[in-house]
Amino acid sequence: MADKMHIKLTVNGTEEEFLAEPRELLIYTLRERLNITGPHIGCETSHCGACTVTIDGKSVKSCTMFAVQASGKDITTIEGLGTPDALHPLQEAFKEHHGLQCGYCTPGMITRAAKLLEENPNPTEEDVRFGIAGNLCRCTGYQNIVKSILAAAATMNADASSSSDAIGQTKVEAAE
Amino acid sequence: MKDDVQSSDDRRASLKGLGSSRKRVEDARFTQGKGNYVDDIKLDGMLFGDFVRTPYAHARIKSIKTEEALKVPGVLAVLTAADLEPLGLHWMPTLAGDKQMVLADGKVLYQGQEVAFVVATDRYAAADGIEAVEVDYEELPVITDPFEALKTDVVLREDLEPGADGAHGPRKHPNHIFTWEAGEKETTEQVIDAAEVVAEEMVYYHRVHPCPLETCGCVASMDKVNGKLTLYGTFQAPHAIRTVVSLISGIEEHNIRVVSPDIGGGFGNKVGAYPGYVCSVVASIVTGKPVKWIEDRMDNLMTTAFARDYWMKGKISATKEGKITGLWCHTTADHGGFDACADPTKFPAGFMNICTGSYDIPTAYLAVDGVYTNKAPGGVAYRCSFRVTEAAYFIERMIEVLAIELNMDAAELRRINFIKKEQFPYNSALGWEYDSGDYHTAWDKALNAVGYDDLRKEQAQRLEDFKAGKTRKLLGIGLSHFTEIVGAGPVKNCDILGLGMFDSCEIRIHPTGSAIARLGTISQGQGHATTFAQILASEIGLPADSITVEEGDTDTAPYGLGTYGSRSTPVAGAATAMAGRKIRAKAQMIAAFLLEVHDDDVEFDVDRFVVKGAPEKFKTMKEIAFAAYNQAIPGIEPGLEAVSYYDPPNMTYPFGAYICVMELDVDTGEHEIRQFYALDDCGTRINPMIIEGQVHGGVTEALAIAMGQEIAYDELGNVKTGTLMDFFLPTAWETPHYTTDHTVTPSPHHPIGAKGVGESPNVGGVPAFSNAVHDAFRPFGLRHAHMPHDHWRVWKIANDLGLHS
Ligand code: FES
Ligand code: FES
Repeated sequence: MADKMHIKLTVNGTEEEFLAEPRELLIYTLRERLNITGPHIGCETSHCGACTVTIDGKSVKSCTMFAVQASGKDITTIEGLGTPDALHPLQEAFKEHHGLQCGYCTPGMITRAAKLLEENPNPTEEDVRFGIAGNLCRCTGYQNIVKSILAAAATMNADASSSSDAIGQTKVEAAE
Repeated sequence: MKDDVQSSDDRRASLKGLGSSRKRVEDARFTQGKGNYVDDIKLDGMLFGDFVRTPYAHARIKSIKTEEALKVPGVLAVLTAADLEPLGLHWMPTLAGDKQMVLADGKVLYQGQEVAFVVATDRYAAADGIEAVEVDYEELPVITDPFEALKTDVVLREDLEPGADGAHGPRKHPNHIFTWEAGEKETTEQVIDAAEVVAEEMVYYHRVHPCPLETCGCVASMDKVNGKLTLYGTFQAPHAIRTVVSLISGIEEHNIRVVSPDIGGGFGNKVGAYPGYVCSVVASIVTGKPVKWIEDRMDNLMTTAFARDYWMKGKISATKEGKITGLWCHTTADHGGFDACADPTKFPAGFMNICTGSYDIPTAYLAVDGVYTNKAPGGVAYRCSFRVTEAAYFIERMIEVLAIELNMDAAELRRINFIKKEQFPYNSALGWEYDSGDYHTAWDKALNAVGYDDLRKEQAQRLEDFKAGKTRKLLGIGLSHFTEIVGAGPVKNCDILGLGMFDSCEIRIHPTGSAIARLGTISQGQGHATTFAQILASEIGLPADSITVEEGDTDTAPYGLGTYGSRSTPVAGAATAMAGRKIRAKAQMIAAFLLEVHDDDVEFDVDRFVVKGAPEKFKTMKEIAFAAYNQAIPGIEPGLEAVSYYDPPNMTYPFGAYICVMELDVDTGEHEIRQFYALDDCGTRINPMIIEGQVHGGVTEALAIAMGQEIAYDELGNVKTGTLMDFFLPTAWETPHYTTDHTVTPSPHHPIGAKGVGESPNVGGVPAFSNAVHDAFRPFGLRHAHMPHDHWRVWKIANDLGLHS
């Protein structure tokens, strides 16, 4: 067993410091060490995206990164996206448009979608489908996930500037 | 009171009962990462267990050495069959009347089979321990082909007496499990021999896997102080698991609490009992600590719960005009190393005898031979009611082959053979009584919706263009009309391990007019907490938002057989309605007392009882609930509670018409789904939003199965598709946009007329996709090609038909 490494990282705004073996995967750190169980494990081979988190502004599958590689970085999980009193528009939209069933893919899916909308605030249905292709869902067939993400985009754009909401709204209808 | 002036329609709408697209109550926690799945459970001092698995598909175990593993830091115990034997737990019963090794007892029968269980402080230590266990194997000849299995002298199951009967009657070979028959053999063969037209085909429904996004797992916690075992896990049937655990462990049932927490999808994968559950329980007893076991994805795909693997040889006969006269089917069913199918006891081939489908077929015969091979056990109903997906695929392919034989349009052939509306209840040649249906209406609606005639014209034009070298893409129109059989089932003929397949609901109304309902089922994403509250809201007149629904804890919920085979709505949904009616009956007496009239002089109106002919005199259910707890009413006990155990009189028979329009690139084998139309008739619709979601998800699983998903083995029994790299799960990018539609033909025997919908899209979707591929190549002489229709196999079809020269 290799010597433990000293790791320091920030998760959802909280700084965490600990010693861990170099082989410790970030998903393990989050779920087992830090009790952040929103990100899930669906494959551990980077295929399903259930473990998706945001690291320094990029979507990352935390099952395929060692904790030590995340040292010094800033991590956001589903738990850091909204609060019960102030949900992220994506969290609202997924509820409103039936964007989930068993909920297992949902934290990763919403975390990824949040990043996608940051990169592209005005996505088309195609953009969304391509943008979440790294996240598998076994329950929904994606149709209502896509609808939820487009609806959230519309809301976020409306919040940002009241004049742009008509565009997003048209897209939601097109996706129905 | 404000509500006095509300119309009954407004009051009805505010209940959010039947027919409301009520938003799901489950979603708040899931969208915020606050679900509680089994791997989220942490108990003090909890250990982690994981398996040493065999790399060989068939081998004798010469020795297992655990000393080195026990020296690994963090490893506390290593269990082998020898450790379980004194407890009688090295083997366990399967749901199909067979038995299965918990840990390899002398030999292994499939790759990935459990050999030893390493218990350690955490996952990493367990993985280190697994590496250090030394197993000496002696390889044996591997049989992966079920037809060869019945010829070879390689005996897979040496534990079984070769000549002795199995759980389902005589066995004709050491690797044979059962023969199961339905219908009239001789008459059917005579009809087919004498028929004007006969189509014959071998239809293979390949081996696949439900692959829910969350794998299987459990946490076992034996409290030695009070003698209680708590078992949390991904159980689709928690009550049945409690009974099984009690039967095999000897722990009395009242000392076992089984809890299904949130489940990340099931689709049949989580019905069975797996070695991981038994080993976790034993490990917890041995160590005195809670023990968690969670499959990884490879374990999941390789060992727990495959589905299908049915070789269905069929003959279908008809008159020259296309009227079907007979259907014959012989199925060779590959069950793997143990018969661990999850079917009702009397149905070793599930409801395969629904294979006459939506058609009025006067004579039919079915025989199924179950066979052992060196593959994983399972045979579960993957989004399916016990082999109905195989049956539907079989008949929908046979219809297409017959259409070719008759040189007829396949839509028209279906139409002239559908069971007519006035024939229901309809007794099928293979023994079922279909409850209700209106197939012609659904079919015409579907064909109109997609513009069927225009599509055929476009297809003809495309064919000309293709022949003229103007395009390399063909157009396929995939048709499917399916009849489901769900809601298992009547206790008189449906049981699992002797447990009748009823289900249950218990309701308590609180004094202030809210309620809790507990059921014997368990949601895995279907939204039970939302929809069962809606059923109740309509029955008892309290808002769905004031009703909590709980499932999955055997200490609190009434006994039930769980959620699979689309049985929750037909069975537990019926129990819910019936329990609601008991509440209402008592409420009526209370209302009459409060209103000082006779019981018969009040009637129910949405959310209240009113005096007949005097609607201004009423008591709301809220008022009645309070009265139940604060008034001394002569002859009536205080409180307002009810429980119902519902034994359905029959199955329900949802149906639907699906049409897929697909473009196929002859040179690359790639497909593009241009249109997918799904019309479902699931009887009374409880929550249209949730129904639509179920259809989207089920059709996507069908897409996966038809177009690429498979559990494939090489000749040495190695699983070639053990990761998500090789096992096809469609992404959002590959998944088309679906159009959903419906007709409503209520079930006459279900209290609210509902039939269930969860699996319909998978049952109907697979033939729609597959038939689209076949239809595209029909003009070039393709009759049948086995699934999955991945790019390579489609390319191969084109190549074999000479379309590349
Ligand atoms: S668990 Fe990380 S991608 Fe599947
Ligand atoms: S909601 Fe179940 S996997 Fe996406």
